[in-house]
Amino acid sequence: MLELRDVVATYGAVRALDGVSLSVTDGAITAVLGANGAGKTTLLRTVNGLVRPASGSIKYAGRDLVAAPVEQVVTFGLAHVPEGRGVITELTVEENLRLGGLWRGNRKESADSLGTVYEMFPPLADRRTQPADTLSGGERQMLAIGRALMSRPTLLLLDEPSLGLAPRVTAQIMATLRRLSREQGMTVVLVEQNARSALSVADVAVVLNLGRIVAQGNADELAADEKLRHAYLGF
Amino acid sequence: MNFLNDVIYGAANGVIYAAFALALVLIWRSTRIVNFSQGGMLMFTTFIGWELVQRHGVNYWVGLAVAIIAGLLLGAIVERLLVRPVENGPPLNAVIVTLGLLLVLQAVAGMIWGNGLSSYAPRFSLNYYHVGHRVILFSPDYLFIVIAVLVVLVALFVLFQLSPLGLRMRASAFNPEVARLLGVRVGRMLTLGWALAAGVGALAGVLIAGTAPNYMNPNGFDELLILGFTAAVIGGLDSPVGAVVGGVIVGVALQVLDDYVSNDIDPFFIFALLLVILMIRPNGIFARRTVRRV
Repeated sequence: MLELRDVVATYGAVRALDGVSLSVTDGAITAVLGANGAGKTTLLRTVNGLVRPASGSIKYAGRDLVAAPVEQVVTFGLAHVPEGRGVITELTVEENLRLGGLWRGNRKESADSLGTVYEMFPPLADRRTQPADTLSGGERQMLAIGRALMSRPTLLLLDEPSLGLAPRVTAQIMATLRRLSREQGMTVVLVEQNARSALSVADVAVVLNLGRIVAQGNADELAADEKLRHAYLGF
Repeated sequence: MNFLNDVIYGAANGVIYAAFALALVLIWRSTRIVNFSQGGMLMFTTFIGWELVQRHGVNYWVGLAVAIIAGLLLGAIVERLLVRPVENGPPLNAVIVTLGLLLVLQAVAGMIWGNGLSSYAPRFSLNYYHVGHRVILFSPDYLFIVIAVLVVLVALFVLFQLSPLGLRMRASAFNPEVARLLGVRVGRMLTLGWALAAGVGALAGVLIAGTAPNYMNPNGFDELLILGFTAAVIGGLDSPVGAVVGGVIVGVALQVLDDYVSNDIDPFFIFALLLVILMIRPNGIFARRTVRRV
């Protein structure tokens, strides 16, 4: 279980996270929603260690994430799909994927994972030797998710996967996440500004505003709460 | 025949510039820094080899191995102590640091080994080959240099393109943050990049030092920086193969100019060439063109 307690993160004088406590249920999809600047991305970056909280604790499966070096977090079973996809455009599709599995140092497992990812995302298999910068936005998102899966994570963190994608492609990505959660029991934390599509796949959701959690609960209930939707979710 | 000899002789010299350019390319690839202290670093490690071979009668190959190991260590130390603190700052900071290091290395070498000229005996003969009665401007020692540089090139290709370590190093250079999230120890990869570059530089230094008498001098390798840098820029700074081709282009061009015009024109030509390349193809001749597909 991923557990955040009273996490405060600051950029200079700005409190990006102002005492966030959150328990992420194993095997479920948790959507983190809110407007621009609500602290969603900062929340993810404190979990993977790119931003160190000023105070508070973050633990995953009993391990202290606040003290762990960024390079080590992947060995705890966390995989991160960065905002703007974060594929390394200078490397080929396959090199990007192989990179995701390197930390295990097990060629056979890597080869197996590679096969699984290509099965899950056939367009990537067709372009395995192409540099990643020749991919479309949707393919890049597939590549970023596929690369994260190469590390065989138990917890998948995604930062705005729908950003800049056509609705149809977004729907595909969301369906993939649902499958990972249902079929493999993967825990997914989905940061999204596109609340409507995030709520369509999420089990639970939290809403952030100005660095604080203003609402949390079942995704269906939040989606049905008209006041909340108007105030924070924009639909 | 004259022209053919110009090409052969020029290309052989070009391979020397290429060896230097390779070291620049390796550092550029790993840290996006042009290492202006490269000439100083390889001068220093070559002096270490020279000290063993020429002063203490140590075997040539042992001297070469010690120089390369000294290069690996020097590169790692320089990255850790001097470059690391400025790596995330403006690029100019790193430029100034490497320029400063060049001056320090030259001064220290002068203090240890003096500022006079001395010779580093080549391993193989510098006598030209003959075909019938004709002289070919190519010697066993140059053959050794060409082979050594090609071996390094192939080894680098295998390392960077085919090995997991090379993949980690490239990922660290292109996108350090993403590489770290994927479990790559980026700091270590950068140190390794500098060590490798300085090791290649050290090899180049010993090879070059043997090609002419009186080469050994704290400032003896200064000209190489300009020629090697031009070679690297022609190749696009990013491509090891480009560096070698760039080196050969520079070598042949200078030799042809020497023969048909005058060697007074060399410095002018080399800077003009650099300027033209930077104006028309700032990414070098070998930069990968990216085709975007929608």
